[in-house]
Amino acid sequence: MAGPVDRDRAALNRRPSWLEPALAAAPAIGLALFYMWPLGTLLARVVQPGSVSEALGSAGLGGVLWFTLWQALASTALTMVVGFAPAYLLARFRFRGRGALLAIVTVPFMLPTVVVGAAFLALLPSGWHGTALAVIVAHVFFNVAVVVRLVGAMWAVLPTDLTAAARTLGASPGQLLRFVVLPLLRPALWAAATVVFLFTFTSFGAAKLLGGSANPTLEVEIARRATQLGDVDGAAVLSLLQLLILGVVVWWSSRWQRRASLQFGSGAAARVARARHERRFVAIAGVSTALLMSVPLVVLISRSFRLGGRWSANAWRTLGSSEVRPGVSLGIDPLASITLSLKYAVVAAVVSVTIGACAALAIAAARRHGALLDVGMMLPLGTSAVTIGLGMLITFDTAPFDWRSSWWLIPLGHALVATPFVVRALLPLLRSIPADQRAAAATLGASPLRAWLAVDVRHILRPLAASAGLAAAISLGEFGATTFLTRAGSETMPIAISRLLGRAGEIPRAQGFALATILLVTTACIIGIASTAAQSTGGARARRE
Amino acid sequence: MKKLLQVGVVAALVMVSCGNDDASSNTPAAVTLVTYDSFPTKDTPLNAALAAFTADTGIVVNIVTAGDAGTMVTKAVLTAGNPEGDVMWGVDNTLLSAATDGKVFEGEPVEVDFGDVCVNYDIAWFADIGIDPPATMDDLLLPEYKDLLVVQNPSTSSPGLAFLLATIAHTGEDRWQQYWTALRANGVEVVDSWDSAYYERFSGAAGSAGDKPLVVSYGSSPPAEVVFADPPRDDAPTGVIGSTCFRQTEFAGVLRGTDHPDEAAQLTEFLLSETFQKELPLTLFVYPANPSVALPEVFTKFAVVPTNPFTYDPASITENRQQWQDQWTEIVLR
Repeated sequence: MAGPVDRDRAALNRRPSWLEPALAAAPAIGLALFYMWPLGTLLARVVQPGSVSEALGSAGLGGVLWFTLWQALASTALTMVVGFAPAYLLARFRFRGRGALLAIVTVPFMLPTVVVGAAFLALLPSGWHGTALAVIVAHVFFNVAVVVRLVGAMWAVLPTDLTAAARTLGASPGQLLRFVVLPLLRPALWAAATVVFLFTFTSFGAAKLLGGSANPTLEVEIARRATQLGDVDGAAVLSLLQLLILGVVVWWSSRWQRRASLQFGSGAAARVARARHERRFVAIAGVSTALLMSVPLVVLISRSFRLGGRWSANAWRTLGSSEVRPGVSLGIDPLASITLSLKYAVVAAVVSVTIGACAALAIAAARRHGALLDVGMMLPLGTSAVTIGLGMLITFDTAPFDWRSSWWLIPLGHALVATPFVVRALLPLLRSIPADQRAAAATLGASPLRAWLAVDVRHILRPLAASAGLAAAISLGEFGATTFLTRAGSETMPIAISRLLGRAGEIPRAQGFALATILLVTTACIIGIASTAAQSTGGARARRE
Repeated sequence: MKKLLQVGVVAALVMVSCGNDDASSNTPAAVTLVTYDSFPTKDTPLNAALAAFTADTGIVVNIVTAGDAGTMVTKAVLTAGNPEGDVMWGVDNTLLSAATDGKVFEGEPVEVDFGDVCVNYDIAWFADIGIDPPATMDDLLLPEYKDLLVVQNPSTSSPGLAFLLATIAHTGEDRWQQYWTALRANGVEVVDSWDSAYYERFSGAAGSAGDKPLVVSYGSSPPAEVVFADPPRDDAPTGVIGSTCFRQTEFAGVLRGTDHPDEAAQLTEFLLSETFQKELPLTLFVYPANPSVALPEVFTKFAVVPTNPFTYDPASITENRQQWQDQWTEIVLR
């Protein structure tokens, strides 16, 4: 197909040769220093010749692997189905309460599973406790946001003329979906499915709390070995196995994503529903999504007001001081945990947006070698938090690199978790930028760098604002990595919540739910602000065009 | 150099927060206390006691939290010889042998506190039905107590492990399997964590949604119910079955490889002093190891200190733990 015209176009698109390595440098160095080095050190230290066969040969591993795999596949499939309608709704329509709905859908994903899980447990019929079904339902609830976010981001920029044309040609809604919309959305669908699979395969909190004891996932088994049995070498081997499985999945899916990427210009902005069937869809999908997603959150909030079997605001009143009764103090300062979490969230957001944007631009610019960095950036998501934590512990342990209880290691851990989301959100958009936009810029006299800045970089400004909010919210709710890092001084909100919930006595319990409510509201606000900011930049751009 | 700087910053912060102006003239030594995550880092009487130690000796105590007790020991073993701090608090007898095998401590760790894991019961529930709560381990197998007990998985929960050890100590190493087979037949429910068992399944905890009147919890849970009740109450809603208790003893010791062995030894000694020990009951809900310390009234009234709690040899626990957990999983969950 590549004719002379295409070749000319390619020449016009040539970016400065230093750009790609320069962009890739920051994420690559960060990844090497704070992920590969600690992990490699741990593996080298603990894994003996015999431990691989011993860990892989242990009884029960087959069952754990099988459960982990099938529940992840089932959860992913169900999440994609359930998230489809809200993704469409939120990407395409403007309606009252849209921002609130977006926040309600996103908040469960951001909150630590140990927190929402406690409320979720109270809602499920007791026959479901400790079953695979409970785990899958919880996974859907937690991960719908991924579909809404990633698929929605793509859907928002889909050109409407194609669907309009298909409709004019007499396509039924089913045909429209199957032959036009789904193929166009395919890269985002793959991206979302990959992330959901990754999250449900490595599920820790939800699997532990709701799956009960009969259904451990691989991640739960790794943590059990490392923390309860002191079997760090077995944990490291299983962690490596998990990484291999997920590495294959991510690599395979990123190939599909690239193959499926289409190019199109800017899509139509979200609009108000006009036709009657559209209005009906907005009403039904909006109300049912809001109801389903908010019930566990409402339960969580209401529990902060329950004391001694009646309604009371005492937990809220005592939240300001760590003294619960005269002379009795829990040593957990809920208000200090809020300030600390916000500080970490800002650091984590700045780091992950900077690194994530560089990585996404480098991956998109590199085309072929980008796959390596692409998979690399996703790896921390697939690696058990306990192995990274222990790896950091034995790697950064000698001066001048004795960082073991440095405060910034925690937001850095959060950034490690948040960066892949930034990359995932930006990549499909970057890949779908039509080459002729850059060519046009070049034709109009822009230097290659200028053309890249004007087209690629500007293209991601809008999702970048949203990504910053996403990263901050992920940091606020991050629990797993934080628990395995050694901490000095105050606790983050999720840790403080889990400590409050983990004590006998009613006041600490209700205080835990009160603090969880604050976390929920803070997260919702950040998401709201970020999506408003994203919309206003988007709006400005639409007007300019 | 960097470490020196960190120590300086921490020392300065602690001094500012304590308003301890006179200590700033000479450079105080600083030690780091490594502990599990339910140990308070500030604002409690325990922290006030540590501040008093600093005022007396000039030794600043910096607390770092290493995770739950199991994670803390795993980390200590990995960093043995180049520890994260100078003194470690809170290695219990189920983990002690793993820590000493890993050569974590310099010298012998000392016993600092103890507590019991026991079956708790909902007083009102049994009063309403008009039957007595079970009195022994074997009572738990009787038909009148069918479907009433909720326990934690010993693979994932420390009270769960303690209760498994209690049953092994009760029946012997070759007969506990039959006990659990019978307990399963009698409808024992297993959950993953203490939180879920106590707050989601147990009916006796204030504000709980549960319907099971028997739960594996702590001997000090009834006083916690009183201390943290809202509205305040002067009787406990729950009781403890003294013959089901497993004794958990916690140890503290100087970490091998410390840069400040003298200060670390002084701190360890202080952890056993009356000043510090008397604050343990109402902060960590454990009993002080120092026998001269008087207990608060809420403890003497509502907590049960069993006369003959079950115990187990730490070395034998470390040696058999995984095998017992695996067998238990086969018997109870498969």
